[in-house]
Amino acid sequence: MDPAWSLPKGHVQPITNMVKKFEDDAKRILLAHGSGGKLSHQLIKSFVKKFRNLPLAKLDDSAVLKFKGKLAFTTDSYVVDPIYFPGGDIGKLAVNGTVNDLAMVGARPLYLSASAIIEEGFSLNELEGIVDSMNRAARAAGVKIVAGDTKVVGKGGADKVFINTSGIGLVDSGVDISSKNARLGDKIILSGTIGDHGIAILNAREGFDFRTKVKSDCQPLNGMVSEILKVSKNVHVLRDPTRGGLATSLNEIAKQSGVGIEIEEEKIPVKEEVKAVCEMLGFDPLYIANEGKLVAFVPQKDCAKILNAIKKNKQGKDAQIIGAVVSRHKGRVVVKTSVGGERVLDMLTGEQLPRIC
Amino acid sequence: MKFVDEFRDRTIAERIIKKIERFDSLKVNLMEVCGTHTMVIFKQGLKGMLPKNVNLLSGPGCPVCVTSQEDIDKAIELARDRRMIITTFGDMVRVPGTNSSLEKEKANGADVRIIYSPSEALRIARENPDKKVVFLAIGFETTSPLIAASVMDAQKEKIDNFFIFSTHKLIPPAMEALSKSKELNIEGFICPGHVSVTIGSDAYRFIAQKYNVPCVIGGFEALDVLQSIYMLLRQIKENRAEVEIEYFRAVHPQGNIIAQQLISEVFEVTDVRWRGLGIIPRSGLRLRKKFYDYDAEREFQPKVKKGKENPDCACGQVLRGVKKPTQCKLYKRICTPENPYGPCMVSSEGTCAAYYKYG
Amino acid sequence: MCLAIPAKILKIEDNLAQVDMAGVRRQADVRMVNNVRVGEYVLIHAGFAIEKIGEKEAEETLKLLREMA
Repeated sequence: MDPAWSLPKGHVQPITNMVKKFEDDAKRILLAHGSGGKLSHQLIKSFVKKFRNLPLAKLDDSAVLKFKGKLAFTTDSYVVDPIYFPGGDIGKLAVNGTVNDLAMVGARPLYLSASAIIEEGFSLNELEGIVDSMNRAARAAGVKIVAGDTKVVGKGGADKVFINTSGIGLVDSGVDISSKNARLGDKIILSGTIGDHGIAILNAREGFDFRTKVKSDCQPLNGMVSEILKVSKNVHVLRDPTRGGLATSLNEIAKQSGVGIEIEEEKIPVKEEVKAVCEMLGFDPLYIANEGKLVAFVPQKDCAKILNAIKKNKQGKDAQIIGAVVSRHKGRVVVKTSVGGERVLDMLTGEQLPRIC
Repeated sequence: MKFVDEFRDRTIAERIIKKIERFDSLKVNLMEVCGTHTMVIFKQGLKGMLPKNVNLLSGPGCPVCVTSQEDIDKAIELARDRRMIITTFGDMVRVPGTNSSLEKEKANGADVRIIYSPSEALRIARENPDKKVVFLAIGFETTSPLIAASVMDAQKEKIDNFFIFSTHKLIPPAMEALSKSKELNIEGFICPGHVSVTIGSDAYRFIAQKYNVPCVIGGFEALDVLQSIYMLLRQIKENRAEVEIEYFRAVHPQGNIIAQQLISEVFEVTDVRWRGLGIIPRSGLRLRKKFYDYDAEREFQPKVKKGKENPDCACGQVLRGVKKPTQCKLYKRICTPENPYGPCMVSSEGTCAAYYKYG
Repeated sequence: MCLAIPAKILKIEDNLAQVDMAGVRRQADVRMVNNVRVGEYVLIHAGFAIEKIGEKEAEETLKLLREMA
């Protein structure tokens, strides 16, 4: 994790302090920052200086880029609340999210665009903090932010700040990774613990007063993917189980590939604290969001070396083989429970809500 | 987690299943009364582990599922009042009323907040003196003591913008209503563990004695549930009808006296309507006179159309084990998980919803 | 109907205790359990301790569970 945003030891909820510090600051975003006039230019220039790269510095209407090969192109918008959370912030998330989407088709992420919609009155300092965080995340992932835009909307027109990022990456020849490609006999590898991001956000957002050390797992996965591809190009499916969690990703793969999936509950790594919060609120960690984990569907013969490659990576030390593609129940995901039962793992209708029963 | 993981052990589970399999000559319907038991059975896949002669039916013990349409509509009506902050357990948020839900009202601008504990509702009331803070008080005997405690705290602290809308219900009267019916087709009850923490095992004795139905109070881990099933089968085989406690690490014969006192200090027993079961005498709790100032219904008088439930809804019979969901006229035609009529469809693990999804 | 999970008591002040659930900490109201002590386990439901969990009884339950018929 980036040291600047790591939490000081002993502090359980430093976020509120951080926000308070920002609130004390008088510098705020005005509608004029979005008017296209002087203030707009100042703001944009200050970002360009941070992101420092040639295509962006030209300040043309478009970045002009050279490519040779198969392109991957993706976009995503980030509206996370709160914008600062244990383990990350909206800026880091916006970069890593798009980097990971590119990595999940086996692409090497190269360039990102970033566009922010900012609420009038938002603290300039806080915005700068987010931009710095994006910058650090981009460097860590080895991508350049080459195009950007900001718009300001009136108070109440947005909640603090929304960020959209798009990304372009290159796919090497011989790599064909898609949710449609799961094959009978494939082994399923999960790169680490699940539920960390969702529980960290929940704790930061809701007034449940749980104190935990759980941090978001927000991190780039392109390094891990490139190491996987180094040992084998025989990867059928990659997916980062974000919204809807592992259960949703597996269901999508089962449907898109038209195969049956079986996983073993016992093999799925979940932090004790994440488990405890889930028990308390009646959540199932399988449905909770992650922002730095992947599932890989790989042929049995390459499974061991791919698992090894993942485990060598710092982000993949808890990786496990959690299941396989089977010939039964096509289009469905079945979990073998720790007591020896079986259940169908369904898609969720809507978000999980905390329950008392 | 201590007291959790050791009760999910696979080898012990297999051992209990073997014990259960010895009763293969008994073809029985057993009811898990409690919604949390239903969840455990579903989540751990216990049904598939049991031999075919043991059939589990899900009972009326999911508090939101048995909340009447009229009460849901009242909660929604309260949420529409912009003076209010509605505080609620997450369970209530998606339950459909006649033509809305709290979730939909929130989208329309209502201030609906999900909380984990009623003490958070009190805190919200303290922090928002210019708002009326209503807590939707649902739940059975496990939950009502804490709501009672919060109402007493509000009175002590003179917090005058805190109100509760009580739809609290009592489990033994519902079990009696089920047992009374001549068409009951249930040979044993798995009684709710955490309700029993409050009311004790003695509270079910009349069911076992008067209606000759064996009862076992079970804990909430997979092994607890399997063991409870085994204990019920043993009673049936031996022709006994008693109340046994499998969950004796937390449940005592007399229950928790302090919790019982909290309930009776703040609430009094009243007749209430259960979704799918109709009005059950002396099965609900309403605030006592000295706490009328905290009664959201009295204070704000939400106006809703008299609740009318579809006469074709067969939930009562499904709950009693005499009808399968597929034998209900409404099932799948009008009654779906998106647009549920009875409690068996409201709960995602209710008998009808499970049939709909997997049947 | 009612989720309640085991938690260890860390500290008690009047009716309020600090409890730990596998590393997750929270305040819990303990007015409903008599003579509860630091180090003991209670069941937490919606922020309230509803009962102590008997360690001895839990052991005994496990013994019964393991028993052959």
